[in-house]
Amino acid sequence: MIMGFFRKHPQIAFVLLAALLLALPFLVGAGLGKSWVRVLDFVLLYVILALGLNIVVGYAGLLDLGFVAFYALGAYVYAWLASPHFGLHLPFWAVLPLGAALAGVFGVLLGTPTLRLRGDYLAIVTLGFGEIIRIFMNNLNAPVNITNGPQGINLIDPVAFGGFAFAGTHTLLGLKVSAAHLYYYLFLAFTLATIFVAMRLQDSRIGRAWAAIREDEVAAAAMGINTRNVKLLAFAMGATFGGLAGGLFASFQGFISPESFNLLESIMILCMIVLGGMGHIPGVILGAVLLTVLPEALRHIGDIQRAWLGQVVVDPADLRMLLFGAALVLMMLYRPEGLIPSRQRKREFHAEDSVAEQEQASLYDARG
Amino acid sequence: MTALLTVENVTKRFGGVHALEAVSLTVQAGEIYGLIGPNGAGKTTLFNCMTGLYTVSAGEIRLEGHPLHNRKPHQIVARGFARTFQNIRLFANMTALENVMVGRHVRSGAGVLGAVLRGAGTRAEEAAIRERAQQLMAFVGLGRKGRALASHLAYGDQRRLEIARALATEPRLLALDEPVAGMNPTERRQMGELFQRLRDAGVTLLLIEHDVKLVMGLCDRVAVLDYGRKIAEGGALQVQQDPAVIAAYLGAA
Repeated sequence: MIMGFFRKHPQIAFVLLAALLLALPFLVGAGLGKSWVRVLDFVLLYVILALGLNIVVGYAGLLDLGFVAFYALGAYVYAWLASPHFGLHLPFWAVLPLGAALAGVFGVLLGTPTLRLRGDYLAIVTLGFGEIIRIFMNNLNAPVNITNGPQGINLIDPVAFGGFAFAGTHTLLGLKVSAAHLYYYLFLAFTLATIFVAMRLQDSRIGRAWAAIREDEVAAAAMGINTRNVKLLAFAMGATFGGLAGGLFASFQGFISPESFNLLESIMILCMIVLGGMGHIPGVILGAVLLTVLPEALRHIGDIQRAWLGQVVVDPADLRMLLFGAALVLMMLYRPEGLIPSRQRKREFHAEDSVAEQEQASLYDARG
Repeated sequence: MTALLTVENVTKRFGGVHALEAVSLTVQAGEIYGLIGPNGAGKTTLFNCMTGLYTVSAGEIRLEGHPLHNRKPHQIVARGFARTFQNIRLFANMTALENVMVGRHVRSGAGVLGAVLRGAGTRAEEAAIRERAQQLMAFVGLGRKGRALASHLAYGDQRRLEIARALATEPRLLALDEPVAGMNPTERRQMGELFQRLRDAGVTLLLIEHDVKLVMGLCDRVAVLDYGRKIAEGGALQVQQDPAVIAAYLGAA
């Protein structure tokens, strides 16, 4: 009923949504505490990452298990160019595009040798690539110290507009605004831009070419699609968003180390897509939100145990992964198409319902 | 008449197996050319060599003088040579119309920037792609099925859709790999009519077919393959009476 009202009045829905998004950090900060504003920032980062990976996996159907490598590249480029590590302090608006572009170039570099591979073979090669980048970052501290090894790079410059740095607490218009709040709005802007680009790409000549390759690569080639270029484009576009998110992460955290870019991160981002609904933007966003918020929420199981049982019986960290794993298994068993799948993907997984849909389609035809 | 497609001494080996042995043929502009032969004769292998899915081991293939052998499939399509598949290969989870729109890829040019900015040029191109796709759907007789999922179409309609998708690439030469396989006599007749209309629209047809009756009724000229060699070529009647062809089909006397 509410959805119907909003569908009839999209302007009202838009205004309400915009107001909610703008007020969200303050609502969350007041209701759940300051630490949750940071969680909110991470939610937005993961939405960008998941939408980036979705271009490769969801649109073009190329299973990429090394996506975190591009995230790492973006983060390290930011750290190199805006920290005391090399003594460079370039402004963020110069560093972010550089990191994103370099990640895009590496996307093509990774894509080139994998052009002939599909499915599980592609997954293994991309997995290797992700690990190689991480191990490079871990070991490039001698003979020339490029990455500072496992210690990582510290004191990375925060984002700053002119003299206004996203650090400490500011008072704006009578409101106390922390850095986490400011980053929220910055990330929100980038997230909205990412959603916009992802939507436009999907509904375009390029998006159709990606879908065609996902469906049947041989037929796509026989219909005149340059499969090599179109696949490399998918890798490059996805990697660019990965690099962008990496730069934002570095500025936000102020500290990065190879540990942040392990295989589990790649898997988590992939899970967000699969859980939410591969190839479908609202689903991917929901997946990113859930898989960022739930692990944080499950941290509080320790407190609940203390309150109810007087002691911590099961370590929350263990329980977290257990519940998370169980949730994934249940999802894949009962709703493999994801939480909000595209209509198309829903059909793929529910072929037995297709007769009803066919009748539906023929009704459309009769009316059209 | 001028030669549209020339195949010269094309040989294809898979390891030690000679799938094609020095096959030569010429397709004239405007004709319907049939390629027949028993199972395993190398018809589809020849198609795959011509459309860039296989590289040739030796020999040359030219479309209006431009070499096609060992070019990429998309380059061959861009030259004006499209195909369909024996075991229908549609983009199953896209709508029928989207399938045909994919065929316009090679005749349009919007890239990432165009897609993201969606300026007037891109919008006009998208509208033209959609309109052309709808025209082609109507041409093959699927005018009202655009919104249906490709995999939900009836078998005969899937064959038609594959032809519409290939036509979207604006081919001068269209190669159809067993387009009436598995169809009933009425559907076969309707497909035959579609081929005639295609020829009238200026598309040269190259047809692989098992149904000898259809081939004989429709094709201007026919080539017969057996064990990777061309054993006969010529008018339908002439080929039908060729002793080598009769031997290939019925077994040597």
